[in-house]
Amino acid sequence: MRAIVLSGILTLWAAWVSAFEVEDRAVFGPEAAGDTIKVISTADIAYFEPMIRSFLDRAPGLRVDYTVASSSELMKAIQDERQSFDLAISSAMDLQTKLANDGLAQQHFSDVTRSLPRWATWNDMVFAFTQEPAAIVLSRAAFADLPIPRSRQDLIQLLRQNPERFRGRIGTYDVRISGLGYLFATQDTRASETFWRLTEVMGALGARLYCCSSDMIEDVERGDLAIAYNVLSSYAVTRADTDRFHIVLPQDFTTVMLRSLLIPVTAQNRDGAARFADHILSPSFGPEASPLAGVDLTALQAESTLHRIRLGPGLLVFLDQFKKRSFLAEWQSAIVQ
Amino acid sequence: MSAPARQDPVSQGSIRRRLLLVQLAGAAALAVLLYFVVLSVTRQVAQQSQDNVLAASALSILGSARVSGGEIVIDLPYSALSMLDSVTDERVFYAIWLGDEFLSGYQDLPRPQRPGEAQPAFLEAAFLGAQVRIAAVERPFSTDLGNEQLSVSVAQTLTGRDQTMARISRVALGVGAGFFALSAVLALIVAQSTIRPLNRLTGAVSRRGPRDLRPVSAPVPSEMVPLVASLNSFMKRLETSLSRSEDFIAEAAHRVRTPLAIVRTQAEIVQRRVRDEDTRNAVREMIHAVDESSRTAGQLLDHAMVVFRLDDLACEPVDLPALVRETVSQVGVLSEMRDIDLILGRMEDAVVEGDAILLQNALRNLLDNAIKYCPPLAEVTVSVRNDGNEICLQVSDTGPGFPEGGKRRLVQRFSRGDNVSGVVGSGLGLTIVEDVTVAHGGRFTIDNNDGGGACARLFFPAS
Repeated sequence: MRAIVLSGILTLWAAWVSAFEVEDRAVFGPEAAGDTIKVISTADIAYFEPMIRSFLDRAPGLRVDYTVASSSELMKAIQDERQSFDLAISSAMDLQTKLANDGLAQQHFSDVTRSLPRWATWNDMVFAFTQEPAAIVLSRAAFADLPIPRSRQDLIQLLRQNPERFRGRIGTYDVRISGLGYLFATQDTRASETFWRLTEVMGALGARLYCCSSDMIEDVERGDLAIAYNVLSSYAVTRADTDRFHIVLPQDFTTVMLRSLLIPVTAQNRDGAARFADHILSPSFGPEASPLAGVDLTALQAESTLHRIRLGPGLLVFLDQFKKRSFLAEWQSAIVQ
Repeated sequence: MSAPARQDPVSQGSIRRRLLLVQLAGAAALAVLLYFVVLSVTRQVAQQSQDNVLAASALSILGSARVSGGEIVIDLPYSALSMLDSVTDERVFYAIWLGDEFLSGYQDLPRPQRPGEAQPAFLEAAFLGAQVRIAAVERPFSTDLGNEQLSVSVAQTLTGRDQTMARISRVALGVGAGFFALSAVLALIVAQSTIRPLNRLTGAVSRRGPRDLRPVSAPVPSEMVPLVASLNSFMKRLETSLSRSEDFIAEAAHRVRTPLAIVRTQAEIVQRRVRDEDTRNAVREMIHAVDESSRTAGQLLDHAMVVFRLDDLACEPVDLPALVRETVSQVGVLSEMRDIDLILGRMEDAVVEGDAILLQNALRNLLDNAIKYCPPLAEVTVSVRNDGNEICLQVSDTGPGFPEGGKRRLVQRFSRGDNVSGVVGSGLGLTIVEDVTVAHGGRFTIDNNDGGGACARLFFPAS
C-alpha cells in the first residue's frame, strides 16, 4: 500500500520532467530489486494491479514502474519524445499499429507468442491480450416498461417511437476527443450504414458526448442517462452494481476491441519486458484463459456476429488526416444539430 | 628357350566412364542452369505480383481524390492499405503529393523517379528500419490554383515476397536436383546400352576356340564396322599365314624324313663294316643324331596332322579301354627293347566322343615319353577310370619324374625338360597331348607321384 502513497508524489515528479501528460503512476516490487520494467499503459492502476502482482510473485527481484497515460499521450511519449519505456499497453489499436508500422516497436518471439491466434498478433510486434466488446448499456429504471433493444435497428426504432422519453438522455463517445470512441465509430461505419442513421437519430435527440466509458456508466447508474452507446462492456461488467443496468451486445454486429501490448525500440530492459509480456499473454488464450476484461465472449454471443477489429495497416487509413478530417466533419454534422 | 611374356593390353580410360562423366557434367550444368532459370522467372513473377498489388493500392488512393468546395479531398479507401497486409503481416507506408506539396502519409518515403501517366514506377529502398518496395502512380489534377500532378506512393515491407522467394528457391532447388537425378539415371542407362555392342563383340571373340579364325559375322553398330572389318581382315591374314607355315613345316618334315632314312640305313651298314673303334663311335653318334632329326620330323608331321584334324574334329564314340589296349600292344615292342615293364592297370568302361586317331596319337606320345625318359627296369602303368562325371586316362611311371617348374613350359612347342638332355626328343609331344585333350573338352595335368616318377592324366567329360 505504500506504493500507492508513493504514486502520488511520483506522478507529480513525472509530470514535471516529461512533456507528455501522465495521469497516474505507481511502482510495484521491492525497492532493493535491481531490474525495473517501465510500463506505459492506458489502463487504470487498479485495473492492472492484479496482473502486476501475479507477475512479481513469479518473478521476485523485479520492479514494475507503471505509468498511466491516455492513448494519444502514450503515442506522443514514444513517437515524438522517444521516452524510454519497456512495455506499451494500450486500447488504441490504431495507434499501437502505427507505432509498430513506423518501426517504433521491436519484434518479440516466444513460445507464448507462437501459440497466439493469428488475429491476436501483428508482425510479431503487436500482441492482443483482451477482447473487449463495445456494448449498449441501458438503465433498468428507464426500460422498466419498454422492450430491451437487441440490435441497432431496434434501438433506432425505439428512439423514433419515444423521442421525448430519451431526449437528452442518450450518451456516446465524443469521437473528436476520444481515440477509442473514434476507433469504435470508424469500425462501425465499416460494418454497416446503420451507424450513421443511429448517429443522426441520437443527434436529433440531443445526445450527450463523453470522453470515457466509465463516466457514461456512472451517469447511467445515477439515472442521468437512459442509454449509453458504444461503451466498453469490460468497464460495465466489473462494476459492483450491475443490477442497475442492462448490458446489450448488439446482435447485428458487435465491435470487439483488442487491448494490445508492444515492446518499444527504446526499451532498456528488453528481457524483463519480454517476460512480462509473456506473463500477460499466456493466460489470455488457450483453455484456461481468463481475460482481463472478465467478459466471456463465447458465452455471450455466437462468434459470427463478433466484429473483431483487425490489427494491421487498415487501421492506418482512419489515422490519415484527410480521412479523419472528413469523417469528423460528417460525424459532427450528424450528431451536433 | 623361355616362354614369351604374355602381353596385356594397355588400358587408358574407359569409354563407359567417359560417356557417363560427360553426360553427368552436362546434366549438372543443365540442372544448375535450370535452377537459375526457374528461380529468375519465378522471382520475376513474384515481384510482378507484388508490384501489381502495390500499384492497385496506389491507384485506388489516386482514384479516391476529388475536389470538394475548392479543396482537395482524399477519401483513403480502407482496402487500399488493408489489401497489402492480407496474406502476411506487412508494414505499409504511403505518401500523397500534389506537385511539390506534401499532402498526407509519410513525408520521408522515398519517391521513385517520375512515373509515366500510364505506367507505375517502382523502387526498392530502406525506410524506417526495413527494406520496402515502393510503387508510385500519378495523374494530372486540377484545383482552383491550377493544374498539378497528384502522385501517390505506396510501400510495403518484403516479408511476404521473401517468404515466397524462399519457397520458390526450395522448389527450384528440388527441380534442379530432380532433373539431375533423372539425368544421372538416364546417363547410366545410355552408357550401358552404348557399350553393350562392344561387350557383345568382346564376348563373341573371346568365347572362340584357340583356332577359330572365322570372320565375325554378328551385326554390329555402324561405328564399329571399321573395327570389325579390320579384325576380320587381320584374322584372315593370320589364318593364311598360319596354314601356310604349317603346310611348310609338314612339307619340310616330309621331305627331310626320306633322305634321313637313307642316311641312317647307310650309316648302319658303315657301322657294321668298320672295325676301327673310334670310327664306330663316330658313326653311332651320327645315327643317334639322325634318329633325333627323324623323330622330330615325325612329330612335326604328327602335329601338322593333329592341327589339321582338330580344325574339323570328328565326333564319334571311342571305346577308350580298347584304344588303350591297342596302343599299348603297338608300343609294347619299344618298351621291351628298353627293358621297361608296360602294365595295363585298372580298365573301367569309358566312351569318349571324339577322334580316335587323335586320341591314340596323344596316348602314344605320352607312352613314348614315358618309355624314352625312364631308366631300364622301370614300370609304366596305363589305367582308365570313369566315375560317371569324368573319365580319367592316366599314364604313371617310376622314372625320374617331371622337373620342377610346372607343366606350362613343358606343353609349349619345342620346350623340353631340363633333366632329359641325353635323350632324343623334339619337345612337341606334350603340346600335341594338350591340344588334343582341350579339343575334346577335357584337361591335361602332369604331376610327380609321391614315391617318384611322373604321372600324366587326361580328363574327359563322361558322355
